[in-house]
Amino acid sequence: MSKQPWIVLAVLATGMYACSKSADVVAAFIGFRQPANFPAPVYHLDDNHITQAGFELGRKLFYEPRLSRNNTISCGDCHIQTAAFTHHGHDVSHGIDDRLGSRNAPPIMNLAWHTTFMLDGGVFDLDLQPIAPITNFVEMDETLDNVLKKLKAHPQYPALFKKAFGSEEITTARMMKALSQFMVMLVSAGSKYDKVMRKEGKTFTADEQAGYTLFQQKCSACHAEPLFTDHSFRNNGIGAGPNNDEGRYPITLNTADKYKFKVPSLRNLAYTAPYMHDGRFYTLDGVLDHYTSEVQNMPTLDPLLKQNGRLGISLTAAEKQQVLAFLNTLNDKAFITDKRFSEQAQ
Amino acid sequence: MKHILILTTIAVLLLTACAKKDDPIPSNNNKATLSIQFDNIVGAKNLQLNTGTYINAAGETFTISLLQYYISNIKVKTGDGKEFVVPQDSSYFLVSEAAGASQFVKVQVPEGDYTSLSFVLGVDSLRSTMDISKRTGVLDPSTGMDGAMYWGWNSGYIFFKMEGISAAAPADPSGQHKFRYHVGGFGGYAAVTMNNIKTISIDLNAGGIPKVRQGRESNVHLMVDVLKMFNGATNISIANNPTVMFSDFSVKVANNYASMFSHDHTEN
Repeated sequence: MSKQPWIVLAVLATGMYACSKSADVVAAFIGFRQPANFPAPVYHLDDNHITQAGFELGRKLFYEPRLSRNNTISCGDCHIQTAAFTHHGHDVSHGIDDRLGSRNAPPIMNLAWHTTFMLDGGVFDLDLQPIAPITNFVEMDETLDNVLKKLKAHPQYPALFKKAFGSEEITTARMMKALSQFMVMLVSAGSKYDKVMRKEGKTFTADEQAGYTLFQQKCSACHAEPLFTDHSFRNNGIGAGPNNDEGRYPITLNTADKYKFKVPSLRNLAYTAPYMHDGRFYTLDGVLDHYTSEVQNMPTLDPLLKQNGRLGISLTAAEKQQVLAFLNTLNDKAFITDKRFSEQAQ
Repeated sequence: MKHILILTTIAVLLLTACAKKDDPIPSNNNKATLSIQFDNIVGAKNLQLNTGTYINAAGETFTISLLQYYISNIKVKTGDGKEFVVPQDSSYFLVSEAAGASQFVKVQVPEGDYTSLSFVLGVDSLRSTMDISKRTGVLDPSTGMDGAMYWGWNSGYIFFKMEGISAAAPADPSGQHKFRYHVGGFGGYAAVTMNNIKTISIDLNAGGIPKVRQGRESNVHLMVDVLKMFNGATNISIANNPTVMFSDFSVKVANNYASMFSHDHTEN
């Protein structure tokens, strides 16, 4: 008898403790999470444990114009969140001193699942990726050495590096690891498609479902689910542009790679126009017209685009509309409005 | 009197030489410093940045404004075949003509008499693909300003970099008649690409065996004749190839420069 109040108290205390704990967890930083419908990530998280301080430092660096020679261009300038981290409306981007690049800025999303980076796959580790735009003459035109000097002299960064890595030391590796922490966290898995796949109470409309079936028959060999890319390099027959960009060839020096580019994801297309490596198509209608009737035969054209003696993919006008309806389910509004990924007030 | 002085001097010299010769080869594991000097020359001339003028086999006159290359993975071997591999973390060096101290590569090896030496000209593929936290010192991609030895766009180190001026080179957009040879390529990570990693082995018997002992520093003096980058199996013409970077042609440049090292002498 006399024991009962204690038991009640103990239960209550445990309950309260549990509540306060779960409240803490909700308020606390949510690290990297693998969406239920995604495979395991390939980024080496074991070498770079994602922490709140590391992520926040990475975010600050991502929006830091001091990464450029004259402190004018940040990563976020050409990778804008509202455009799913592309340079919406720009076929090619303008970097420092308004110098123009030669390729369309790719979206930064779901990079934890990528094995190579850049449209030509020239970078094989996300931790090495930022070196390319920082040192590129038309992008940021800066040296890593000078970026480190600027960060060391900054009133906030030494303390932020200490918070993230345990000491105020600012090194190339720490800067890159922090940037990777931010970029790895940019997971887009909140589209209608994802909710349908995860059975979160959403269903496709008849058109979307018909489009999904067509997509699986005619597109998914390259744009493999759930990331909507198989990470391969292919020539999709758009033909060489005026600057004769040979894509992956300068990286591998293998003639079989001429005019091949990385298969892009089809997620968030509503926010990332224009399309293709040089941004030559301004609408998805234009892209589908290319695949149905404008594919050019070239020695390295992907075999999937010249089957049964026919170039391209056959789709009727009605089928195109269904495919577009399906593609529209891949847009993730939550991703492009997630405040965690936005530039923060100083 | 004079004769006595000379005789004494000779005797002392002989004795010193003898003492050195008879120095027993230690059989302990005490480490001592072995210095390897990379003395850059151009044919019969010492390399003088910007001021020295040289002529290659194609008959082109040139000056050199920058010369840098990676030396790594150093190994030494004794006459009886005992090999010592310098631990990898202490085995990466960037030799720069502009930085005198960088031309003396110093490693810790067990005391002993070494009859051969080998090293990699470049950075091995394993280190080229390692986590960025393992790329410190000369391997930090932030190393160097104009002399950066890293390609960001096609992840990898530039193993050998030589730039200079020659009337044979066409004017570049800045109006300079500059040649630029930036050679790298570790074989590729996501796809197989060219491999310009060169392992150089040098026999030290003829030029003098370094007797590595604690309390002193043996110096293996190597001559590095960069003219051999131009003149070799392929004679490189500045007019025809003023800029060589990540391209198939760079394999020919690398094959040429692999033969630029020779052992001149050893200072024990």
